Amino acid sequence: MKTIQWVLLSTIILFTIATQAARAEEPLDKSDVPSVDEIVNKANLMAYYQGQDGKSSVSMKITDKSGNVRTRQFNILRKNDQLGGDQKYYVYFLQPPDVRRMVFMVHKHTALDKDDDRWLYLPSLDLVNRIAASDKRTSFVGSDFLYEDVSGRGLEEDTHELAEVTDEFFVVKNLPKDPASVEFKFFTVRIDRKTYLPVRMEFFDKADTLYRTIESLKVEPIKAKEGDKEAEYITTTESVVKDLKSGSMTEMTFSNVQYNIGISDDIFTERYLRRPPREAMR
Amino acid sequence: MTGRQWIAGKISIVWLAVVLTAAVAADQPKEPSIWSQFAPLEAHGFYEIRGGYRLQNDRYEKDMSVMESRFQLDLYTYNDWAEFKYKGDVYGDLTLEKGRYQTRETWISFQPTEFMDVKLGRQILTWGTGDMLFINDLFPKDWQSYFLGRQVEYLKAPSDAVKISIFSDLANLDVVYTPQFDSDSHIKGEYISYWNQSLGRTAGRDAIVHTDKPDRWFQDDEIALRLYKNINNYEYALYGYRGFWKSPAGMNSRGQALFPDLNVYGASVRGQVGKGIGNAEIGYYQSCDDESGRDPMIDNSEMRYLVGYTQEIAPDFTGGVQYYLEQMLGYDEYKKNSGSTRDEYRHVVTLRLTRLLMNQNLTLSFFGYYSPSDKDAYLRPHVHYKASDHLGFEVGSNIFFGDYRNTFFGQFRDNTHLYTAVRYSF
Repeated sequence: MKTIQWVLLSTIILFTIATQAARAEEPLDKSDVPSVDEIVNKANLMAYYQGQDGKSSVSMKITDKSGNVRTRQFNILRKNDQLGGDQKYYVYFLQPPDVRRMVFMVHKHTALDKDDDRWLYLPSLDLVNRIAASDKRTSFVGSDFLYEDVSGRGLEEDTHELAEVTDEFFVVKNLPKDPASVEFKFFTVRIDRKTYLPVRMEFFDKADTLYRTIESLKVEPIKAKEGDKEAEYITTTESVVKDLKSGSMTEMTFSNVQYNIGISDDIFTERYLRRPPREAMR
Repeated sequence: MTGRQWIAGKISIVWLAVVLTAAVAADQPKEPSIWSQFAPLEAHGFYEIRGGYRLQNDRYEKDMSVMESRFQLDLYTYNDWAEFKYKGDVYGDLTLEKGRYQTRETWISFQPTEFMDVKLGRQILTWGTGDMLFINDLFPKDWQSYFLGRQVEYLKAPSDAVKISIFSDLANLDVVYTPQFDSDSHIKGEYISYWNQSLGRTAGRDAIVHTDKPDRWFQDDEIALRLYKNINNYEYALYGYRGFWKSPAGMNSRGQALFPDLNVYGASVRGQVGKGIGNAEIGYYQSCDDESGRDPMIDNSEMRYLVGYTQEIAPDFTGGVQYYLEQMLGYDEYKKNSGSTRDEYRHVVTLRLTRLLMNQNLTLSFFGYYSPSDKDAYLRPHVHYKASDHLGFEVGSNIFFGDYRNTFFGQFRDNTHLYTAVRYSF
């Protein structure tokens, strides 16, 4: 019985969205609008998979509703296993002092039935800890960014609808396939039509109220080698997430961004958890 | 101060001078000198005040369980071929009314070949899969600090050792050689009252434990091995150890506590199980000085088993459980010869709950050991609040229960205390 209600409800929702989306598209020439799958795929690759590997220094400024500020500084190394698929992340903390030299490592798995593998290295104890990782929608290092915002949300987790097309942006509405697994009812992503970079995300709760936004504030072209050729990767270097319910926000700035620097797979093993590589420390 | 501590102290001071000189020189780029190869010095540390009081009267100890102010300095730099680290604590200990210094780490780390890492000097070492239970991790523990409510990093005492790690596609091998035995910082009675077997009663400052510790360089040495491999993110390991019981496990005719010979062979596995992380570990403790189990003055051989499971219960809320079993081997011989009261099996279950609140600035944690066979328990509730990026406050307690005065945790029941601390990190 529940299943029938569910199917009925989903159909109504999808129908409503589809008609609205269709209405929004009407004035535009449809011929140069790619399919929604193509759009979200391209956007996902732009946001999380540029280059074979990458490195950057990140600084976070967390401001709570009373104006108290906390900072985080860390270096991230990333390597793609497959374009659009599994990835490895290595995060080396520099600030604040109580987390300095800690290392957080993720083997990200995009398959729906496979959880990410996560490790945390605590240098003062020389302890390599495995972290139980079932929920990706928890805060990353106490900021307003969630784990999923940092390493990407699997495209398979949601159904995607092209909600709006403007001269500059595609607006994609994403509905979770498993609504019980997330705190939002749906979220929209505004994607730049030229670069395919996501520029704004809006999260809506079960009562259709906007409660969380992520906005790209600065985009820079980063020069890198791609094989023998010079390449340029358009990269978001400043973004801000606002939690409209708690009143807190986190600004994230990327510097020293590099692509295709030849990070070895070995970096993402226990050896380098215990002995951080120079690439991660500098 | 023993001769060993004196030597370690001297080495540390020389080392500190080297690291500082290197760093200062690196900070002033003039002409290229030998120091200009060093990366800028990273200097960090903290200042901390910690105080704790017993919640009941202990006739063998002071009311204050811990009362200290501590300064830690942590220096780190590297050049093209090596990394250099110094970390040391000076603290005023009001319980014993003494000023103290401890070198926590003084090491150099380098990579002689692509597939080998070497770390030489005083270092903190950890391996194995248990959470606050150790089977194949036979590196020294500071149980005094743990029971007194110092921050958990102080549970690991430093080793003066060389660690050689060899990496290959087949498996990886760690070899740790400690030329002179590093024992646990075990309960001696100066801070914590304990069960004294020869007196047949609880004792403390009135009966400080005297030990006859193996201390000959390159003869009373320790070697620890770990052969490990990660297969699809399941971490398998085999372990071997040759050395000594890390805490007293015997007594000589003069009433001195002994660290008898010990070999340990073990294995472990850790990886994803369902929604969480599961682990299992086993170890055979071969008490070489009493293999038959007939000597009542020396602990028997043992088998030790552990299984554990950790899972996220809700966002920022994790729980972990463990079951641990110690099985005394040669129990019949032990019973015949000692008439003492130890059980053949010691069962322990642990529970860990960690809840993060207020943007992960407030941590509520609980760790508890409970032994149904010993009928005793040890609970560690702890609250930590980060008031800013630099300032942290703590309140916690170490609570001991026990039906009997001579069981592992029950012997400490008069030491139950509440502590608080404030730490400024830089």
